[in-house]
Amino acid sequence: MTKSPIAGAGAAAPARRETFSSRKLFILSAIGSAVGLGNIWRFPYVAYENGGGAFLVPYLVALLCAGIPLLFLDYSIGHRFRGSAPLSYRRLHRAAEPLGWWQVLICFVIAIYYAAIIAWAAMYTWFSVTQAWGDDAEGFFFTNYLQSAPEAGLSFDYVSNVFFPMLAVWIVAIVIMVAGVNKGISRANAVFLPLLVVMFVILVVQSLFLEGAMEGLNAFFTPEWAALKNPSVWAAAFGHIFFSLSVAFGIMVTYSSYLKRKTDLTGSGMVVAFANSGFEILAGIGVFAALGFMAVASGTAVDEVASGGIGLAFVAFPTIVSEAPFGAVLGVLFFGSLVFAGLTSLISILEVIVAAFQDKLGWSRKVATLAVTIPIALISLILFPTTTGIHLLDTSDAFVNQFGILACALVTVIVVSAGLSSLPRLQKHLNKTSTIKMGVGWRVVVGGIVPVALGYMLINEIQTKSTEQYSGYPAWFNGVFGWGMAGALIVGAVLLSLIPWSEKSRLHDAEYDEFNEAAERDGDVDNNREKVQS
Amino acid sequence: MTPVAITMMIIALLTIWGGLALAMWNLARHPEDEDQLPAPEEMPHEL
Repeated sequence: MTKSPIAGAGAAAPARRETFSSRKLFILSAIGSAVGLGNIWRFPYVAYENGGGAFLVPYLVALLCAGIPLLFLDYSIGHRFRGSAPLSYRRLHRAAEPLGWWQVLICFVIAIYYAAIIAWAAMYTWFSVTQAWGDDAEGFFFTNYLQSAPEAGLSFDYVSNVFFPMLAVWIVAIVIMVAGVNKGISRANAVFLPLLVVMFVILVVQSLFLEGAMEGLNAFFTPEWAALKNPSVWAAAFGHIFFSLSVAFGIMVTYSSYLKRKTDLTGSGMVVAFANSGFEILAGIGVFAALGFMAVASGTAVDEVASGGIGLAFVAFPTIVSEAPFGAVLGVLFFGSLVFAGLTSLISILEVIVAAFQDKLGWSRKVATLAVTIPIALISLILFPTTTGIHLLDTSDAFVNQFGILACALVTVIVVSAGLSSLPRLQKHLNKTSTIKMGVGWRVVVGGIVPVALGYMLINEIQTKSTEQYSGYPAWFNGVFGWGMAGALIVGAVLLSLIPWSEKSRLHDAEYDEFNEAAERDGDVDNNREKVQS
Repeated sequence: MTPVAITMMIIALLTIWGGLALAMWNLARHPEDEDQLPAPEEMPHEL
């Protein structure tokens, strides 16, 4: 491990860019970001619904042909241009800056609702001890705990059991963010990620000893080979890998911009990608072993109790906790894991936003963090700990995923590959210091296969969401907080790009200019130089 | 568990965790010290 000469630099001139003090800390932070709630509550159900054991085939194809190549694209952009998402895309090409801001605004929307889920999980860690839900986990969650309004809308009736845990989550997140890349993000991940893995391994072992665990694993791993002929199964695999790896919404661009100049980008990325998938497989085993117990205990088949998302975490799991031997331990491990997985992801999401404003306005770390995270926390605390918070969360999550992340990723790969012809340049950068070399195949995948897969998914989503009201909510509600929000992200991205970069901003950074000149001496020439200068 | 489910579980664990082990082994072979990065000719061939 080497010491960072950067952390804590002053703020008068653009301070030197922070760097992760070691590659290990970067990898831990990137895994912490990728391993989130989706690994625990989404993957097991997606795999089960889409062919069980046979899902491994499209999953591996998607991982190798879309997930990892996209991860490397993010790494190459962030590391080559050494900036937050807006600054990196701006340095790639002046006209590409809105892509970066689009990603920043996507992170803003995710951050404001993500904190609510972490807060629920934190409360349920305690409820696991008291088993507050009695014998009706579903009724308790929606009626007693969230006090959910029957109609979707915008209420300002606050639920204290949600508000105060959310406030605590925001305080923890802000403290970590203020401390910076090395003292905050790295340290938090170095503590939370190992803790998460240890807790989850204990959870899996405990689940495997429950009666019925083998029935659950049987249901999870039995292959349904016919599913492989179904295009929607392949789309589900590509969709899951895409969301699971935290690619294409600024996180990996931002994190890789904090890497030292000579870092093995692809070698590190392989560890991050396979660690993320390794955790998902573990989650599949743990969750389905527990669901197998639930099915045997209630005298039903596994397919009748299998679920994902909020239903799995806050309805099925509490039921398992009530019925299983040492259920309280199981509950604390499960919900504690959700809290740690969520926190490490929330930190990475916030870093995208903080870094963007820090770069554009030339603010110090502390000022940028407080000026950005406090307003985000306030908006989050105004909108989500209310009786309509879950409806708002549901719609924002669905629309920001599909018409934010997915749409932005599609536009980004098209702009970077076909629009700016930047893939050869980025490939060269990846290969300069990395141990696993990218060949023409990488360019074909990123510029060809990935846009086709993303385009197919996006068209499907547009058709689905435009023909029926999402979750049966009123049209105005989905219109404002779904379609309207997704559209506002694009408008906002363009407007933020129009704000001029001040003299204090990191666009004028001698350290980068020196790095850029060195890169160009090595033959990394910008094909669009003339266009940029004009 | 049925034999086919056990087989699929073993294949899944071997490919994913095996991939992780390989990736970590590759990284361990190449220390991060900037001065010790391998020369291009020592690196593995393109994917």
